[in-house]
Amino acid sequence: MAKNCWKARCAVANGIARVLRGLGQRVTSRIWRLGYASRFFLAILLHSGTALRRLHLTIREIYFTGVLSLIIILVSGLFVGMVLGLQGYDTLQRYGSTEALGVLVSLSLVRELGPVVAALLFASRAGSAITAEIGMMKATEQLSAMEMMAVDPIARVVAPRFWGGVISMPLLAALFSAMGIFGGYLVGVQLIGVDEGSFWSQMQASVDFREDILNGVIKSFVFGIIVSWVAVFEGYDAEPTAEGVSGATTRTVVTSSLAILAADFILTAFMFTGT
Amino acid sequence: MTGVPGVNMSQESLVEIRDLNFTYDERPVLTGINMTIPRGKVVAVMGSSGCGKTTTLRLIGGQLKPTSGTVKVGGQVVHELDAAGLYGLRRRMGMLFQFGALFTDMSVYDNIAFQMREHTDLPEALIRDLVLMKLHAVGLRGAHSLMPAELSGGMARRVALARAIALDPMLIMYDEPFAGLDPISLSIVGELIRKLNDALGASSIVVTHDVQESLKIVDYVYFVSAGKIVAEGTAEEMKHSTVPYVHQFVWGEADGPVPFQYPARPYGEELLESAVRRG
Repeated sequence: MAKNCWKARCAVANGIARVLRGLGQRVTSRIWRLGYASRFFLAILLHSGTALRRLHLTIREIYFTGVLSLIIILVSGLFVGMVLGLQGYDTLQRYGSTEALGVLVSLSLVRELGPVVAALLFASRAGSAITAEIGMMKATEQLSAMEMMAVDPIARVVAPRFWGGVISMPLLAALFSAMGIFGGYLVGVQLIGVDEGSFWSQMQASVDFREDILNGVIKSFVFGIIVSWVAVFEGYDAEPTAEGVSGATTRTVVTSSLAILAADFILTAFMFTGT
Repeated sequence: MTGVPGVNMSQESLVEIRDLNFTYDERPVLTGINMTIPRGKVVAVMGSSGCGKTTTLRLIGGQLKPTSGTVKVGGQVVHELDAAGLYGLRRRMGMLFQFGALFTDMSVYDNIAFQMREHTDLPEALIRDLVLMKLHAVGLRGAHSLMPAELSGGMARRVALARAIALDPMLIMYDEPFAGLDPISLSIVGELIRKLNDALGASSIVVTHDVQESLKIVDYVYFVSAGKIVAEGTAEEMKHSTVPYVHQFVWGEADGPVPFQYPARPYGEELLESAVRRG
């Protein structure tokens, strides 16, 4: 009886030890990967001089990540603005302040929705493409071939893609916000009949360049760094198989989306609290 | 073949591997490897898949570091070089990867011009002449404007070969250059390896498991099995070797030192066990 009890206790203790060991291993591997990603980020910064000196490489990436994302950004911006116009009008008319529709639409877009939604779209459209491209280059030994030709892939492949994303992101967010404001104007002024003068003049009076626009630009710049960093890292670190590249692409979208939302909360807490 | 900082060109052998051991995840991949690659010669490293042939090439190219032992190229210990030294050495090496590893976003022309543009200040007109010369050497001058996706497997391998010799390297490494090629392409690539080596005065290492084609073109052969060198000699010596592994490999016998069966419990024991389980 006592022997059985002892055996059962041992089994429970072993089970707990196994769970704790598994948990510890997972935490350690996550921390190790974060450290590796940070070192990778430093390597990108170190090699950025070479990438920016050969500007045509970065410009090419701005075209692939920025210009080719324009359609999805502009169309999404238009619809988000139109929805904001409808919802905003519905809420504001309860308080008799429909003339403030322009302020509501513009502040929502410039401070929050523009940077965040544009970054989420950018992560899905361009971030995943960057990861897949670098991952495939790794799987087909193109990165190894480059190394064997004495050309550093971080300087030649990674850094231009990183900076292409960082430069594109604020421009795309600005275009998203502009298109959204136009969408809000179409619905609010042209469709519902809010006074055009109030719409634009209140917007002009209430939107502050430093507090609202500049902070929005800073946000989108930070999001650009996050998405581009995650995308190039996941691609470079992908297992060189079709399955590995597919997993890395998914991780790029999931990780960068969550990181954008978390960073948005932190930045908003610092930028807009108390104003 | 002069003017390479740190590279001793007077030595008779270009690559010297001594007591090389390499372990990956505590699993020994290479054990006690000793190899010499003389200047101007084509040397084959043969063995079945997973025996450590490609790892040997990666150690010579400095993409991996040995667990112990040394790899010397032109008198320089590869794993002791800093990044600049290693890149300097790699500029004098060419490598052909198993499936070409051509840059898919560049044309054939740009693939071959890549290293010239990266490492030299040559004017574009001269680069054009050099690229067309390299492509002419592999018989694909007319394909310079094609993209890699438009090439057949054999053509891609020849373009990769032209790219590997873009900067007239002192050492050319081939990782399975014959894999997946039809007999005509196979013969063309084989002949090119020999001719280009002799024309450039380079040394070549061919990692392969294609016996018939490689024995026609190489000067010396190392046979690797389970990370160890089990035999070495000239192509003729290998053809008549009595070493069981070499004999099985050269004559393509299904069973021998490399067993047909993957290691498993005795078959009878397993059958008996399933019968008992079924009651």
